Amino acid sequence: MKILRSGLMLLAVALFVAGCAKTVKPVTAPAVSTAAAPASTAPMTSTATAPTQAQISPLDDPSNILYKKVVYFDFDKSNIKPDFLDLLTAHAKYLIANPNQKIRIEGYTDERGTWEYNIALGDRRAQSVRRFLLFQGVNPDQISTVSFGEAHAVCNEHNESCWSQNRRAVLVYLGQ
Amino acid sequence: MTRKLVLIIGLAMLPLAAARATLEITVTRGVNTAVPVAIVPFAWQVQGLAPATDVAEVISADLTRSGHFSAIPVKSMLEKPTDASAINFTNWRILAVNDLVIGRIKPAGSGNYQVEFQVFSVYTGQQLLGLSVLTTPQSLRWTAHKISDLIYQKLTGQRGAFATRIAYVEVSGKAGKDSHYALVVADSDGANPQTVFDSNEPIMSPDWSPDGKYLAYVSFEDQHPAIYWQNIYTGRRELLSEKPGLNSAPAFSPDGKYLALVLSSSPGNPDIYVMDLSTHSLRRITTSDAIDTEPEWSPDGRSLYFTSDRGGSPQIYKVNLSGGSPQRITFDGTYNARPRISPDGQTLAMVHRDNGQLHIAVMNLNTGALLTLTDGDLDKSPSFAPNGSMIIYEADYRNQGVLAEVSVDGQVRERLSESQAGVSVHAPVWGPFLSQ
Repeated sequence: MKILRSGLMLLAVALFVAGCAKTVKPVTAPAVSTAAAPASTAPMTSTATAPTQAQISPLDDPSNILYKKVVYFDFDKSNIKPDFLDLLTAHAKYLIANPNQKIRIEGYTDERGTWEYNIALGDRRAQSVRRFLLFQGVNPDQISTVSFGEAHAVCNEHNESCWSQNRRAVLVYLGQ
Repeated sequence: MTRKLVLIIGLAMLPLAAARATLEITVTRGVNTAVPVAIVPFAWQVQGLAPATDVAEVISADLTRSGHFSAIPVKSMLEKPTDASAINFTNWRILAVNDLVIGRIKPAGSGNYQVEFQVFSVYTGQQLLGLSVLTTPQSLRWTAHKISDLIYQKLTGQRGAFATRIAYVEVSGKAGKDSHYALVVADSDGANPQTVFDSNEPIMSPDWSPDGKYLAYVSFEDQHPAIYWQNIYTGRRELLSEKPGLNSAPAFSPDGKYLALVLSSSPGNPDIYVMDLSTHSLRRITTSDAIDTEPEWSPDGRSLYFTSDRGGSPQIYKVNLSGGSPQRITFDGTYNARPRISPDGQTLAMVHRDNGQLHIAVMNLNTGALLTLTDGDLDKSPSFAPNGSMIIYEADYRNQGVLAEVSVDGQVRERLSESQAGVSVHAPVWGPFLSQ
């Protein structure tokens, strides 16, 4: 597959990935195309000018549905809500079209439960997304899952608007 | 008046990083049935400046924190005797004090101290207890906790649990990003906190070995959960479980030979297993398709309490390790989780969700009656003191997790509030009695 990227763009992505390898954060994690060419020897100083000239990955294109990689859940629930079926279907198609691309589905909860039960609930949410992708035909080898439970909350206030942002599963596209 | 002499060698300090800011104790709810006692400042009979640790102050705080006693302020005292011959009991009867503690700190050679203390009944004027404890300058605060234990036991008949340790997880940093996690061991009053492991990825679910030497915990340091155990004295740590899926909720058996833990028996299906710590072999205990997690051993080691949503909502069940189906234990409400059993096996503490709020509740296992002990929004991770008198837990205070404790009858509750801003404290677990 055949997403074309400039070497400059790839280098920028590679640097970013290297810089946060120990703490991959789902929302901002960059997607790295499987078929992209190795990074060029372009100097680091010119990376900022690259994206305007590059054909960017649909995963990085704000106008593409694949740009969205987060699915939200109701309190105590792990079923996928109808609002997210189109989004997950698009990701499934992309993964089928890019069989070397791997993703990690990260499951999260809000804080209104015990730490360990929330780990199990976050796992259930991640599995729910995984099952949906498998049902669409994605190869199981492309998908891994992890639950962080209530850790790594994106919002730390004690109200429903915050909790609803934390009850989520995130599709993290993994670099090669 | 004869004085029984006992020597207690000061416990070695943890060979760890320097101590940091201590926790301050705030009583959020007290009792008026607490017995008034007076702990007179101990005489300092060693050359040089008095040490930073005020032994009498530590004892006063310990006894007050138990809820059984209220130590009167030093400024109310009409006299401050440090020797038995100087006591005028009338001065204490006026203050309606029940029991009086006096003491002296003397040099004991090689830079060590000898701490002598005596406990008197104010009404009879009789000495109830008189002991001498050998200690070092570094161990003075710990020695004060040991003295609190001895006084508590003499006056209540129950073993004191002040000279014990707690462990907890400290989280610092912003939401979602740049969080830093530390596994911390501290004295039971939150003093002397020392980091034993830290990581930029989550640390969860610490549990003490029954000898107080090891902590088992979950670390996400490799981007997925794994269970480690670590000797807190040597720092040596070893990987115990890194299976695909969950590795969660480790719990040492009462004899320390086994670890209950939660693994995914298939994707999305957490079940409870028991690991033989000498061979690392696993035995599967639960087989439901539901969430089964948070195992807790019964004190006799023959069964496990655990949380399961097999009935539709999370409730507490008990399974006999020799076989048979799990029995449901809790029926009040739609969310009861994280069971913790009292040392005598009679009381089950849990997290009870009511109207979206999490409270600590206890259940009398003989009658089935449930008593809610706390009224915070996010009270979780209950853990019994080894004498069963108190439960330490995680509470929310000003949008931060803090340590709190409550007596098992709900009569006294206090916050051990960390003074560091931006630091949240989670998952406290109270360690065992220590032999020294």
